[in-house]
Amino acid sequence: MELIDTFFNADIFLKIWPLLLSGLWLTLGLAALSVPLAAAIGLAVAMAYHQHHKWLNRLLIAYVDCLRAFPPLVLLIFIFYGCPFIGLQFNDITATVLALVLNGSSYYAEIFRAGLESVPRGQEEAARSAGLSAPQTMAHVLVPQGVRNVMPDLASNTLELIKQTSIASAVALQELLRAAQIGQGLYYNPTPLVAAALIYLVLLWPLVRAISRMQKPVVIPR
Amino acid sequence: MEKILYYFFNWPLIAPHLPAMLKGFAVTLQMAALTIAFGLTLGLALAVLRTYGNKLLNAALIFYVDVFRAIPQLVILVLIFFALPGVGIVLDPVTATVVALSLVLAAFAEEIFWSGIAAVARGQWEAGRCGGLTFNQTLFSIILPQVVRIAIPPLTNRAIGITKGTTLGSVIAVPELLNVASSVQSTIANPTALTAAAVLFCLIFLPFVRLTRWMEGHYAPKR
Repeated sequence: MELIDTFFNADIFLKIWPLLLSGLWLTLGLAALSVPLAAAIGLAVAMAYHQHHKWLNRLLIAYVDCLRAFPPLVLLIFIFYGCPFIGLQFNDITATVLALVLNGSSYYAEIFRAGLESVPRGQEEAARSAGLSAPQTMAHVLVPQGVRNVMPDLASNTLELIKQTSIASAVALQELLRAAQIGQGLYYNPTPLVAAALIYLVLLWPLVRAISRMQKPVVIPR
Repeated sequence: MEKILYYFFNWPLIAPHLPAMLKGFAVTLQMAALTIAFGLTLGLALAVLRTYGNKLLNAALIFYVDVFRAIPQLVILVLIFFALPGVGIVLDPVTATVVALSLVLAAFAEEIFWSGIAAVARGQWEAGRCGGLTFNQTLFSIILPQVVRIAIPPLTNRAIGITKGTTLGSVIAVPELLNVASSVQSTIANPTALTAAAVLFCLIFLPFVRLTRWMEGHYAPKR
């Protein structure tokens, strides 16, 4: 019983629910901004890479690799606390979205690149010789097939990006995790944290299941 | 330009704080090594358990994996550090970070090993069993060696992603690199400390990122 009072305290949960709800909306807002922006930049980088321009590609690989090597929290702290020194002041939401988009776009770029490369070369040649221009070939032939080939990776990267919005709590942005931490501090009870974890679980479980279902089933003869 | 150099690349100013930062860097490396060791071992163990096909056990395994994939690392870390004391389990910040990250890595590693098992042709199992090997012998001497080979590139990727999470320890005051860099930054009122931390992070992670790029070409199926 004591366990329930500590971790699943209904009174505290009801009192803290409005705060959690406003945090949830902010989390969803951050995700809704970051995911499309990061995916769009990632796709643009992958399409530029596909031009096979030697120097441009070196630059793009440097961009992608450096951002993949950078912990997103370091990026966020750098943008939020470092940049104001040279007069670049970002508010907490902009800084978070910027960090998430920079980091997320590098992963999306790698995935889209692999997708574009997975389309057989004959497809591009056939489209070009049928009279499609290079941009038309990209838009109607390469991207649709390439994206379909990497759907599972795109979905799991999107999942990662949504979860990453929780680092915004480090710059005191009151998203779901931060709201729960405030609630925990107010009532000196971990129920709000448990509630936040359960909200994440309910929110993202369908996506996790969908990703698992995209995988090949395992058949082990016994 | 001068301003950028002064604020972001002011090496003389942070030189006296470098030993402290390197100490933080050592904590980061330690936590990363422990996380990878525990996470991958646990993940492989779970994947092996799953091959035995016990329905109840597998349902529990899938539940574990799903939960740790759906909840953000930072939320798990905060739960372990701030909520577990409610039942008398008090972990120090470093242990809490390593436990949280290892549990998450184990969930992802289990999935990767499991899809590796799916990728090994069914005939390999059948050949092993027909050749007179037991289920366990087939699993450990025929299937798993191939699985590990298939799983290395995605595992490296995931391990990088999750060990970057050692920076989350700074939230619960683990004296790792980011935490030390942040406090140096506020002491000297100059963000060069953050630049230095960024450079150090790149030093450890960039080689691994490059490695995955190389492996992608090396292990890719020939077309």
